[in-house]
Amino acid sequence: MSVHRHSSPLAVTGKYLALALYVGFALFPLYWLAKIAVTPDKLIYTEGTALVPSSFTLENFRTVLVATDFLYYFRNSLVVSLTTAAITTCIAAAAGYAFSRFTFRGKRLVVAIMLITQMFPLLMIIAPIYKIVAAVGLLNSLTSLIIVYTAFNIPFATFLMQSFFDGIPKDLEEAGMMDGCTRFQALRKIVLPLTLPGLGATLGFIFTAAWSELLFALMLINSNDTMTFPVGLLTFVSKFSVDWGQMMAAGVLALVPSCLFFIFIQRYLVQGLTSGAVKG
Amino acid sequence: MTARNPSAPGASRARPSFYLRYMVEPYVYLSPALILIALVMLVPLVIGISYAFQSVNLLRPLDTGWAGLDNFRSLWSDRKFWLALTNTFWWTAGSITFQFFLGLGLALLLNTSFHGKRLVQALVFLPWAVPTFLSALTWAWLFNPTIGPLPHWLAALGILPEPFNIMGDPNLAMWGPITANVWFGIPFFAITLLAALQSIPGELYEAAEIDGASAWQMFTKITLPFLAPMIAITVMLRTIWIANFADLIFVMTGGGPANSTQILSTYIFTTAFRKLDFGYASAIAVALLGLLLVYAAVLLVLRRKLVKI
Repeated sequence: MSVHRHSSPLAVTGKYLALALYVGFALFPLYWLAKIAVTPDKLIYTEGTALVPSSFTLENFRTVLVATDFLYYFRNSLVVSLTTAAITTCIAAAAGYAFSRFTFRGKRLVVAIMLITQMFPLLMIIAPIYKIVAAVGLLNSLTSLIIVYTAFNIPFATFLMQSFFDGIPKDLEEAGMMDGCTRFQALRKIVLPLTLPGLGATLGFIFTAAWSELLFALMLINSNDTMTFPVGLLTFVSKFSVDWGQMMAAGVLALVPSCLFFIFIQRYLVQGLTSGAVKG
Repeated sequence: MTARNPSAPGASRARPSFYLRYMVEPYVYLSPALILIALVMLVPLVIGISYAFQSVNLLRPLDTGWAGLDNFRSLWSDRKFWLALTNTFWWTAGSITFQFFLGLGLALLLNTSFHGKRLVQALVFLPWAVPTFLSALTWAWLFNPTIGPLPHWLAALGILPEPFNIMGDPNLAMWGPITANVWFGIPFFAITLLAALQSIPGELYEAAEIDGASAWQMFTKITLPFLAPMIAITVMLRTIWIANFADLIFVMTGGGPANSTQILSTYIFTTAFRKLDFGYASAIAVALLGLLLVYAAVLLVLRRKLVKI
């Protein structure tokens, strides 16, 4: 509920000023990233701190796309993130459905286990995971990343999906089951179409999470062919730390998929995330 | 359900399998999730804890085996560990304080009505969607005097004597990652607190207004008490999350200069990743886990005493 109050003009000005400050703080770093990316190399040092560059170029983007391996990194990250998001969402939808529609023995224990996985330092298992992945010969493969990311994201995605299922009245599928559907048919034909927005939001969250993951990718991948975008960018930064324009152009490219998904999931944020977080 | 409607078709078929339906069926839906979590998280967790009591160093493959409490003994006398512990405290406290108050302010603003609300809301939440490694790099660049404006602005404001990179100064370096973390974390607090604000019944404010309450009275007597449970749970979860959060610091400073930004989680990662000393890394991780458990237990006890529900 919005609070309606008759406010003085001073308070209104203050409010808009505060909002402007928040928007400025949120956008400024991203603006700067894009600004350096389109600044021609020779201007970077002479007008490094000017708010607007005196001329624009897309040369940095061209170099990054054509002359470096970033397209491969981009593709690797896309494969990992999309596959992770798809598998996680399916598994989490099933688990969230079980949490939402059944009371069963051991439910509290299962919920507790899932909560614990969200609490302990994930870095704790980086060494064992490395050893296990090495033992099964999956180092430097995207498969290992997909499996690891899927498991990491299942608990959160499950709670999120549970909150979406909770929002769908039980009567609908009960009516369907009374008319002779099996539970699975009721799930597929009645519940699933209604959860599509929820599935979309979950896909988005998991995609963004997998797209951003750095430390496990750094540990498990060191061949250039299978580097994900974060690992590739970090390697590039430590090798060619003076190609500012190119680094930032690569950064802008890394931002694109997350932002697309963000625009897509933005409207579910306040309802979806919090109802999941509160119950979880 | 079928149990309540014995005459419904399918009921007679369902009854013999009652046990199956209500005990086994949920686990059919849960099994993929449980199997993956067990294999990828719980089993490695147990192995990880066991590493803390072993000597596991990939650079010294012959020198492996049970080592008892050796790792913890070296930890106790490791100056870097105690420094990292202190840094973890400042990193977590600094980040959470700014994130919380700025996030609360944003949530209160977004809970009023103004022009262009949808757009503003989308824009201020955007940092949350930026990949962590990119936030880290972007802020590292902003603090770099050759390419970024921040050192020049800070110098112009008289905060810095001259434009230099604060992340090269051991006394100031921690502010770099904290700033990035605050930028990245405000949206999370704003989102959760905004949802809690929206669940406060509007009639309460109307009644208070009729009774002549001031805005500040409404805030302290209605808003804060309603938000308190949400604040308690989010701050607790977020503290644990930030204490474990290594990405920003690892990318921005790598723990340097002179370990001045090394926190426990980055120390775990660098020990495992650079030195390949898995035993010692796991010992640090067990210590961190223990500290977090103590923290959570203390908070839960406090909450039970303070919040009477």
